[in-house]
Amino acid sequence: MGALLEVSGLEAYYGRAHILQGVGFAMARGEVLALMGRNGAGKSTTMKALMGLVPPARGSVSFEGRRIDGREPFEIARLGIGYVPEERRVFSELSVMENLAVGQRPLREGVPHWTPDRLFALFPNLGRMRDRPAGAMSGGEQQMLTIARTLMGNPSLVLLDEPSEGLAPVIVEEMARTILALKGERLSILLSEQNLHFAGQVADRVAIIEKGVIRFTGAMDTLKADETVRAQYLSV
Amino acid sequence: MFDLILTQSLNGLASASSLFLVASGLSIIFGVTRIVNFAHGSLYMLGAYLAVTLVNALGPASGLGFWGGVLLAALLVGLVGLVIEVTVLRRIYQAPELFQLLATFGIVLMIQDIALASWGAEDRLGPRAPGFKSFVILFGNRFPTYELLLIAIGPVVLALLWLLFQKTRWGVLVRAATQDREMVGALGVNQRLLFTSVFAFGAGLAGLGGALQLPREAVTLHMDLAMISEAFVVVVVGGLGSVGGAYLAAVLIGILHAFGILIFPKITLVLVFLVMAVVLVIKPYGLLGRRPVGQTRGPTAEPLLTPADRATKLAGLVALLLLVIAPLVTPDYLLLTLTELVIFALFAASLHFMMGPGGMASFGHAAYFGLGAYGAALAVKWLGAPMEPALVFAPFLAGIAGLVFGWFCVRLSGVYLAMLTLAFAQIAWATAFQWVDLTGGDNGILGVWPSGWAVSKTAFYYLALMACGVAVLALRFAIFSPLGYALRAARDNPLRAEAIGIDVMRVQWVAFTVAAFAAGIAGALFAFFKGSVFPTYMAIPRSVDALLMVLLGGVQTVSGPIVGAFAYAGLSEQLTKLTMYWRFALGLAIVLLVVLFPRGLVGGFLALRERRLATEGA
Repeated sequence: MGALLEVSGLEAYYGRAHILQGVGFAMARGEVLALMGRNGAGKSTTMKALMGLVPPARGSVSFEGRRIDGREPFEIARLGIGYVPEERRVFSELSVMENLAVGQRPLREGVPHWTPDRLFALFPNLGRMRDRPAGAMSGGEQQMLTIARTLMGNPSLVLLDEPSEGLAPVIVEEMARTILALKGERLSILLSEQNLHFAGQVADRVAIIEKGVIRFTGAMDTLKADETVRAQYLSV
Repeated sequence: MFDLILTQSLNGLASASSLFLVASGLSIIFGVTRIVNFAHGSLYMLGAYLAVTLVNALGPASGLGFWGGVLLAALLVGLVGLVIEVTVLRRIYQAPELFQLLATFGIVLMIQDIALASWGAEDRLGPRAPGFKSFVILFGNRFPTYELLLIAIGPVVLALLWLLFQKTRWGVLVRAATQDREMVGALGVNQRLLFTSVFAFGAGLAGLGGALQLPREAVTLHMDLAMISEAFVVVVVGGLGSVGGAYLAAVLIGILHAFGILIFPKITLVLVFLVMAVVLVIKPYGLLGRRPVGQTRGPTAEPLLTPADRATKLAGLVALLLLVIAPLVTPDYLLLTLTELVIFALFAASLHFMMGPGGMASFGHAAYFGLGAYGAALAVKWLGAPMEPALVFAPFLAGIAGLVFGWFCVRLSGVYLAMLTLAFAQIAWATAFQWVDLTGGDNGILGVWPSGWAVSKTAFYYLALMACGVAVLALRFAIFSPLGYALRAARDNPLRAEAIGIDVMRVQWVAFTVAAFAAGIAGALFAFFKGSVFPTYMAIPRSVDALLMVLLGGVQTVSGPIVGAFAYAGLSEQLTKLTMYWRFALGLAIVLLVVLFPRGLVGGFLALRERRLATEGA
C-alpha cells in the first residue's frame, strides 16, 4: 500500500505573493505528522492548499492514490480529508448540536465512525452544552467543537491548523490527550504547530517549512536530538 | 376614530403580507449568497403575471383552479430563479458586490421587456379568489375577507420558514452558510447546490407574493421597481438576513402606509424612507439584524491608483482635443449626443469619486444630479434668474443636500450605506413628485432655457465641455491630494486610518459632499440642456445609470468612469434606436459584460496589459 498523502512541488499564491514555492512531503496511514515553522512560513497556506481553499498554482497532491489538486473543497472533504481551521470558525449562532449536524457526512468504510454521543465521550464539556449557541462558548470549548464538527464527517485524515494557539496551558494539555486519543482510533493527522513541546508529545514525524519550502523531514526524536536544525528553523 | 384606527391597522397588516414574502426571500438570498438581488421585484412581478395567465387557464371560478394557479406561478418563478442562478450568478460570486448588483439589474431590464412582450403594456386585472369574494363588517366598516386571509398568511409563512430553518438539515446548512460559507464547503457541503436552491427558494417566495396580490390590485409593468425599493427598505429596517426582522419591518411599513395615507396623504413616500433613515441611524444593522461577523473574504487589496503616466496623459489630451474640434465636423444630432455624454461623464466621475477612492457605493446618486437640475429650474422659475447665476446656485443646493444626507450615510458602510443613499434619493424623488405646488409634480418644470449666447448647440456644447472638463480634472486632482490619500486610507483600513489621526467619518463626509456638489453641476447643465426637469431625473433608474457607467469603466481606475459614461450612454442610445426591446438588449449586454469583464472595461484592459507584460518579462 502506498502513502496516504503525497504532496510534491506544491505552489500557491495569495494575490501576487508567492507563499508556497514547492512543498513536498508524504504521510503514511495512521501517522501523526507535525508541520512546523515560524509565523508566515506557509503552514496554514499548505493546509488550505491541500483542502482546495487556496487553489494550488502548480504541483500535485495525491490522497489514497487519487489526484485531488484542483478539486473543490467540498469534494476533497467528501473523499475523507477533514479540515480544522486555525481561527476556530464555529457557526456562532448555531447550537453545538447544529454545528455537528453541518459537519455530518455518510459513513465511509475503514475509518472510525463518529456520532454525537461518541464525540461527547471524547469531549465531555460539549455534551453538557448541546443546545448552547457556539458563540457563547469559551475559546477552548470552541476549539473542541471545531474538531468534533470535522470528525462528524468521518474523515481518514484530519488537518489540524495550529490547534494549541491561543489556548490556556491546561487546555493545551487536554488538546494533546485528545489528539493521542484520535491517534488511538487509527486516524491520520497532519498538524501545523509552532510549539515544539506540544508537537513533541503527539507527533511521530515532523516536517519543517521555511519560506514556502520544506527544509527538513524526519522522525520527531531526530529533531529533538538535533540542536542545530531546531536553532536554524524554529527558534525565534 | 377608534374604528378607523383598527380598520387601517388591518389594511396595513394585509399589505404587509406580500411585502414580507418578497422581503424574506430577498433577505435569505442575501444572507447566503451575499448578493443584493435587484431583480427580486421583477420576480414578484413575474409571479403576478404568471398567476393571471395560469389562473385564467385553470379556471378562476374553482378553488383548485385559483389556488393551483397561484402555487404553480410561484413554482415557475422559483424555476426562473434557478435558471438565473445557474446561468448568471454562479459565474460571478467571486466578483465585487457591485458587479453582482449590476448583473441583477441587467436581469431587471430583461424581465421588463419579456413581460412587455408576453403580456402587453396594459394593466391586467386578475380574478378574485373563490370563497373570498365577500366582505365582513368589522368595527362598522366593510372589510374584504381576502384581506383577512392575507393577514393570516403572513404569520403562517413566518412560522413555516422558522420550522424550515430550525428543523431541517437544509435550514441548518443555510443558517451556517449565512455565517461562513467557505467553512460549510470545507465540511463537505456542495455550496453550488446550496446556493442554487436558496436562490430558487427565495425567488419562489417573491413569485408567491406577486401571485397573492392578484385579487387585490392590477398587475402592471411598474410593479417591479416599486416593490424592490420597498422590499429593500423592509430588509434593511428588519436587518439583513433576519426573517423575523423582515416580518416586523413589513408590518411596520404596511401600517405606516395605511396611516400615512390618512394623515399625511402628500408625503406617504417620504414617510417610509424617513422611517428607514431613522432606524438605520439608531440601529445601523436593522431592528433584528446583527453586526456582520468578520467575513472570510480576506484582505481585499484594491489596486493602487497611480497618477496618469505619459501614455495615458497623451491619450486624455488627444481625446480632449477631439472633443474640442468635434463641433467643426459633426452633424447637429451627434453634437447633442456628445453634449449629453460630456454631462454624464461628470455625473459618473462624481459618483466614482465617492465609490472608488471613497469606498462608499451609492444607490442614490441621482438625488444630487436631480437636485442640481431642480436647483437650476427653481431658480429660473421662482427667482427669475438667468442661466449664469442659476448654474452657480444649483450645485450648492445639491452640495447642501449632500452635506445633510452625507452626515447620516458616513455613519454606515457597505450595503447598509448604499441602502441609506437609496432611501435619501427616494425622499428627494418623492418630494419632487408629491410637492406639486413647488415642483409641478409629474409635469415637471418647463422652459429652463440657456441665456442667449449659449442657445446654439455648439455654444452650449462648449459650455458643457468646459464646465465638465474643469470639474472632472478637479476631482482627479482631489484624488491625488492629501484628501484623496486620507480617503483611500480610510477605505482600506478605517481602524488604522483612525489610529494615525485621520478622522475617517469627517473625510468621508467631505468626499460625499464634494461628490454631491459635482453631480449637482452635471444636473444643472442637464436642466438647461433639456430645457426642462422631471422627477425621473432623481429616480432609481438614473442612479443605476450612474452606477453602470462607473462599474462598466471600472471602479478602481481613475479614467474608468469617463470611458464607462461614453460606453454606456452610447450603447443605450444606439440600442434605443435599433430595437423596440432595447431594455432587453441593454440588460443582456450588461449581464454579458459583467460575466466577461468582472473588473470593468478599463480594469479588464489593464489586467490584459499586465498579463502581457508579465509573460514578456518571464
